[in-house]
Amino acid sequence: MSTVFGKLSFDALPFHEPILVATFVAVAIGGLAVFAAVTRYRLWGYLWREWFTSIDHKKIGIMYTVLGLVMLLRGFADAIMMRLQQAMAFNGSEGYLPAHHYDQVFTAHGVIMIFFVAMPLVTGLMNYVVPLQIGARDVAFPFLNNFSLWMTVSGALLVMTSLFVGEFARTGWLAYPPLSELQFSPDVGVDYYIWSLQIAGVGTLLSGVNLLATIIKMRAPGMTLMKMPVFTWTALCTNVLIVASFPVLTAVLALLSLDRYVGTNFFTNELGGNPMMYVNLIWIWGHPEVYILILPAFGIFSEVASTFSGKRLFGYSSMVYATVVITILSYLVWLHHFFTMGSGASVNSFFGITTMIISIPTGAKIFNWLFTMYRGRIRFELPMMWTVAFMLTFVIGGMTGVLLAVPPADFVLHNSLFLVAHFHNVIIGGVLFGLFAGINYWFPKAFGFRLDPFWGKVSFWFWVVGFWFAFAPLYVLGLMGVTRRLRYFDDPSLQIWFVIAAFGAVLIALGIGAFLVQVYVTIRRRKALADPTGDPWEGRTLEWSTSSPPPEYNFAFTPIIHDSDAWWDMKQRGYRRPTSGFKPILMPRNTGAGFILAALSTVLGFALIWHIWWLAASSVVALLVVAIHHTFNYEREFRISAEHVRTVEAAR
Amino acid sequence: MTRMLTAAEVEAVAFHDLHEHEHAAGGSTMLGFWIYLMSDCLIFAVLFAMYGVLGASYAGGPTPKELFDLNLVAVNTSMLLLSSITYGFAMLEARRHRVAAAQVWLAITGLFGLAFLGIELFEFHHLILEGAGPQRSAFLSSFFALVGTHGLHVSVGIIWLATLMVQVGKHGVVPANYRRLNCLSLFWHFLDVVWIGVFTIVYLLSTLR
Repeated sequence: MSTVFGKLSFDALPFHEPILVATFVAVAIGGLAVFAAVTRYRLWGYLWREWFTSIDHKKIGIMYTVLGLVMLLRGFADAIMMRLQQAMAFNGSEGYLPAHHYDQVFTAHGVIMIFFVAMPLVTGLMNYVVPLQIGARDVAFPFLNNFSLWMTVSGALLVMTSLFVGEFARTGWLAYPPLSELQFSPDVGVDYYIWSLQIAGVGTLLSGVNLLATIIKMRAPGMTLMKMPVFTWTALCTNVLIVASFPVLTAVLALLSLDRYVGTNFFTNELGGNPMMYVNLIWIWGHPEVYILILPAFGIFSEVASTFSGKRLFGYSSMVYATVVITILSYLVWLHHFFTMGSGASVNSFFGITTMIISIPTGAKIFNWLFTMYRGRIRFELPMMWTVAFMLTFVIGGMTGVLLAVPPADFVLHNSLFLVAHFHNVIIGGVLFGLFAGINYWFPKAFGFRLDPFWGKVSFWFWVVGFWFAFAPLYVLGLMGVTRRLRYFDDPSLQIWFVIAAFGAVLIALGIGAFLVQVYVTIRRRKALADPTGDPWEGRTLEWSTSSPPPEYNFAFTPIIHDSDAWWDMKQRGYRRPTSGFKPILMPRNTGAGFILAALSTVLGFALIWHIWWLAASSVVALLVVAIHHTFNYEREFRISAEHVRTVEAAR
Repeated sequence: MTRMLTAAEVEAVAFHDLHEHEHAAGGSTMLGFWIYLMSDCLIFAVLFAMYGVLGASYAGGPTPKELFDLNLVAVNTSMLLLSSITYGFAMLEARRHRVAAAQVWLAITGLFGLAFLGIELFEFHHLILEGAGPQRSAFLSSFFALVGTHGLHVSVGIIWLATLMVQVGKHGVVPANYRRLNCLSLFWHFLDVVWIGVFTIVYLLSTLR
């Protein structure tokens, strides 16, 4: 049996955990309903031709965003389970989650929120917006873009599979050895962790290379580096960070898997292994990773602040230099995640000081946004509301970060709930608020109608208030010395703080619910919310110069740029859109190769997790065959006729 | 707010490239591939760092002095260096669109690559038989990981090379194929450079230590 199924058996199915059985039933019913609906309305062909095989950066961006939002629901379900457990487990009560399950929940929450919520949402927005902002018709490598998307989906799929087949890691989101070694984690949890991140990591790296080449090579004529929109600048720096940090994650996870599969001794306690090498290396990836997430959010806030203040961004070049300085400094701070390693006072001082220095360019950015708003005609539409909430929230998170950067303070606070409150403060208050600002800002560009403002405001207030209710108590608890990842508590006086935090989580749940309602109401009211102009916010950058949604070729003619706020400049000078003289446009052709390769990678990952060697070997061979077969396709482009372009442009 | 310009001023500024020429596909490929190579270089950097830290953690087991046969490694190194030269010859022929000659040089390059891999596998086999497998100590773990990853890259390079020989035979040195040959050329020489690092740091310096 074990040659056929490896370690996989009926015991791997969690029949003994009622919560998981109920979740599975709910997911299965939901999945069947979606499947039935798609089949009923004969949408499979449409989805396959128009979406799954699409190499259009706009559709890929939307699919990334959908993935991120779906996974947000899963990641948040984990969060609220933890809050409930911690609010209950006092006075001798064990709560409702056994340790085995609780440890998986906090690991999965971190992994999902970073890799399968924040990353897809950030990548999705960059994918959608960057080519439009630089006046390009697609990214540099359209096929790779599609492949990257499906590799990310594949990783997400493996994490979701671990919920119902086997288990997920019980190690915390970075799987520190020696806990994550075979000796202490003999089950498949860590293997699910490794392979889902490796597969998704291929997608992330390739999408980084892709966007980097796009921004460097495909800017419209006249757009010098210092005339690029700030969001594109932050996307450039983020993709530099992706390309220069994800390989480190790949390598360190590969070494951990060698330890687990081959029996090597990189991070073990025996035969010369050194677990702290893992911790160092994973943070050499991990610290740039947080800037990978926050820099595009800074870009979004820059676009939003200047658009909704009706002014040019204050201090454009200082904003660019601040972004670049943060990019460089983000590589020089990794050790602040483990000051307690014992590296000595000089090393700790170096990393403490570099960490504090990062607050200087970040502070410069905050002042730039404030001065952009100063004497502007501010319109408090949803994107601007999220931006203001960000400034108020993020500054607090930044200050607690500087506090943690002081090694002696860190010795007291490390691994406490103060730390947990700090990084949620910057990730929710920075990245997530930024993503919501971005989604509300660019939604009308992607679909041709705005998101409903009323439900958006409901969602906004529940999120912002809920955030503070959920995380302010954790600051207090952390200062009192409560460490992270605890399942039950002895001191009854702490309970009230956990109850307040749980109440905050409920408010956030309402915020997420209101967002879903917002999407639903928007679709129902799309006629009333329609924007026929393509420029609903009096935008300043090129994406607003084309129709909403943009045609597949983005721009009938390649724009020529004279100013960093190119579209604003065009409007100022009485620009008129050309209505004749259209030419045929060469566009990349759709292909299913990316989807197939990613599907095979999912099978490969599953086979490796369960030690099903024959399946692993055959999927490697299949991967090679499909990849090589794809390279024999030399006809990768097609021509959109001038006639078609004229029809589309006339219909605007 | 909006200052309307005179018709003449508007006329003077072009906002569109009305006479655009079609760009050939693949204009960003070389840059993109080079960026990818630099990311690959980081994987090797991590493996070198591992070897740097763990390379003396023998755990009471065999040391480099007892294990490495420098003569064998010298032969192996020359295989790889020669393959880089022959790849250069293949590129020269490809530039002149001499398909058959390019294929011959590619085939010779592939054979040198295979010889390199063969010697490496022989060395690995020998070490494992001696009880110096990757499980024995952190030093050996990091040795096998670094040298093995390089070998894996060479294997992928050989598969790619064989594929390209077929494609060049089928379509000739069309621009797409020339671009692909150039990418593989970057890849192949890059592996050579990495090997110089491996040879120096893993074999020479460890034996001297």
